[in-house]
Amino acid sequence: MTTGQIGQSGAAPLSATKGSSRRRENQDFIGANPVTPYLFLAPYLLLFVVFVAIPVVYGFWISLHSWDYLLPGKPWVGLKNYADLFTPGSVTSGPFWNSMGATGKYTLYSVPLLVLVPLLVALVLNQKFPGRAFFRSVYFAPYVLGVAVVGILWRFLLDPNVGLVNYYLGQIGIGNVPWITALPWAWISLVGMTVWWTLGFNAMIYLAGLQDIPRELYEAAAVDGANAWQRFLNITIPGLWPVLLFVVTITILREANMFGQSYIVTQGAPGEETTTAIMYIAETGLRQFNMGAAAAMSYVLALFLLIISIANFAFFRVRED
Amino acid sequence: MGEGRVGRGLTRRDFLGLSAGAGAGLVLAGCGGGPQNNPAVQGTGGGGGKSYDGPKVELAFWNGFTGGDGPYMRQLVEQFSSEHKNIQVKMNTVDWVDYYQTVPQVVRSGKGPDVGIMHSDQLGTNAARAVIIPLDDVSSALGLKESDFASLIWNAGIYNGSRYGIPLDSHPLGFYYNKALMEEAGLDPNKPPQTRDEYEAALEELKSAGIQGSWVSPFPFTGVLQWESLLWQFGGDLYNGDVTQATFNSGAGVEALEWMVGLVEDGHSPKNVAQDAEYVAFQNGKNAFHWNGIWQINAFKEIEDLDWGVAPVPQIGTENGVWSGSHNFVIMNQQPLDDNKVQASKVFINWISQKSLEWAKAGQVPARNSVRESSEFQNLEEQSILAQQVDYVHFVPAVPGIGDVQVGSFDIAVNEAILLRKEPKAALDEAAGKADQLLEENRQKYQA
Repeated sequence: MTTGQIGQSGAAPLSATKGSSRRRENQDFIGANPVTPYLFLAPYLLLFVVFVAIPVVYGFWISLHSWDYLLPGKPWVGLKNYADLFTPGSVTSGPFWNSMGATGKYTLYSVPLLVLVPLLVALVLNQKFPGRAFFRSVYFAPYVLGVAVVGILWRFLLDPNVGLVNYYLGQIGIGNVPWITALPWAWISLVGMTVWWTLGFNAMIYLAGLQDIPRELYEAAAVDGANAWQRFLNITIPGLWPVLLFVVTITILREANMFGQSYIVTQGAPGEETTTAIMYIAETGLRQFNMGAAAAMSYVLALFLLIISIANFAFFRVRED
Repeated sequence: MGEGRVGRGLTRRDFLGLSAGAGAGLVLAGCGGGPQNNPAVQGTGGGGGKSYDGPKVELAFWNGFTGGDGPYMRQLVEQFSSEHKNIQVKMNTVDWVDYYQTVPQVVRSGKGPDVGIMHSDQLGTNAARAVIIPLDDVSSALGLKESDFASLIWNAGIYNGSRYGIPLDSHPLGFYYNKALMEEAGLDPNKPPQTRDEYEAALEELKSAGIQGSWVSPFPFTGVLQWESLLWQFGGDLYNGDVTQATFNSGAGVEALEWMVGLVEDGHSPKNVAQDAEYVAFQNGKNAFHWNGIWQINAFKEIEDLDWGVAPVPQIGTENGVWSGSHNFVIMNQQPLDDNKVQASKVFINWISQKSLEWAKAGQVPARNSVRESSEFQNLEEQSILAQQVDYVHFVPAVPGIGDVQVGSFDIAVNEAILLRKEPKAALDEAAGKADQLLEENRQKYQA
């Protein structure tokens, strides 16, 4: 895919030959023994079957029951768990759609920032300047912390009445901001801390992508008189396109699965405003032991994510053509 | 497979038949028909915990004493192990929230603890799910009688006519006051307010000295505990007698919540108090009056600059009332149940139960009357003050799944009201509707 991309951007001859000759070698190799590729696939296939395929099927089976793994009876309820989710006024539908809404809002607020800010950081870190290695590690550093550490740290900092941030804001005359107990501040805090925490990861991926773009292209463009902005639009963006698709996709999936930040910093409050879907699913399945209902919710959430991912791929493919 | 076909009419067998066609049948049958070994285990063996002379056993003892109480329990456990050559106890501490999630799983997998601690309101849930075994023989062999205990605490350990928990202690909410702040406002630091009039007058004094006197938390710790206490003080209750219906949105519940919201609106509490901020503010000398559990005694003692006192919670409503929890010993239903371990666990429970004075030092009220009335306990100043509440403590009923009802209903209502997002009555009415649904769902699930 990468070679194809760069082929379009003008570095065609070299990479095209490379690609096709490799393909021929592969065919010869396969010809040697038809079992070989499957042997290579086997380790991953085994993991996939055990940790993805079986749980997916088993989970669907669970979702068709009133399933508490410690109770003797796990009565079959057919699609009731799903029907409840779509029946207004049922025990699960209100909180579930509320949590889906919270996840949606959070994803909407955080993904654009988590796609753009790391790109800017990566562009800067891709320049040559003294201390570059130092800054590269500084921006990546928060990412190595676990969500529990990050969450507790920010809870201390952002506490509306006894936190450090409001203390300093108070010193310059800004009154108490309810950072983690009222809207929209709770979202601002959750998104802000997540950007601080994870931007290093996306930035590193961008940086790798940037370094893959042949330097000659920039030199040639400069010779042709293209300015920095034109070089960015016509070389950097097309060169980064597959990387961008990857970053957008994993960022959406990661943020749609947000759990720890809300759980630790806001505890889903005010009310249930920042209770995300994963939080509510975990609460239902692992604390209330309503595994059946929780499994049904997971499938609904998964369906949403599937649709968004497909739309995402479609969007990037259209833009590619 | 259209949605119409997999309606309610479709049985599990039909579904399997369809799935088998899709090639998934084998997997499903393998998973779905899993072993249902869930016998309602009765307490095995006689003796009930007087002595144990079997082969040497090692007991895993789990609890959630993560605070200042942990070291006290660990010390007791070490003493027990050194006095009993054939019983070694290994203690493991897990945060309570994770404890109730983890223990059922590890017990079922056979890798869990042999003996543990559970709160009285968790006994029903865990008994119904066969995580713990009945201990009737322990209480009879040890000669434990209702008259040995405060009856409310004793009865909290019973589920479906069987005893599942041996009460160790009760831990009521208490009223902590910051003496330095009271002095600053011109109040007598040795005379904490005990009635509504005194409380409100003191808050006015504090307010005129620029002190927000009674921070209100919108979270279960400590806001919901305070609200529950007030609900009982105004003569209400959380649920009806057989716990089939929520009654917390009664006039009493609304009045209790309105009083708390009033503290926020009148500036006796800041708005938007975050988790634990009221507790931190009390320690930092910003919050004068703090309703918190008896288990905080040792934590406050450790803070050198904090000049504080403790009293029974003030009577704001029409009668006395205060929330309390109770720690109970339980024996886990580890399959296969090892008779020797069960026997040794009973000896251990009996031994610690006798040592409840030592345990009281960790910041608890002993469950046994004899210990609570002893002069040694009376010498524990703070604990004995809070023990005065023992006659009017209230417990959350030990009905299976009751914790989930709280999380899904009044925890949220109290949060929204204290954060001034909803009117107390509207919030509680909405929560009561949800609670009724959850209670009904629990009844079906646990078939109580």
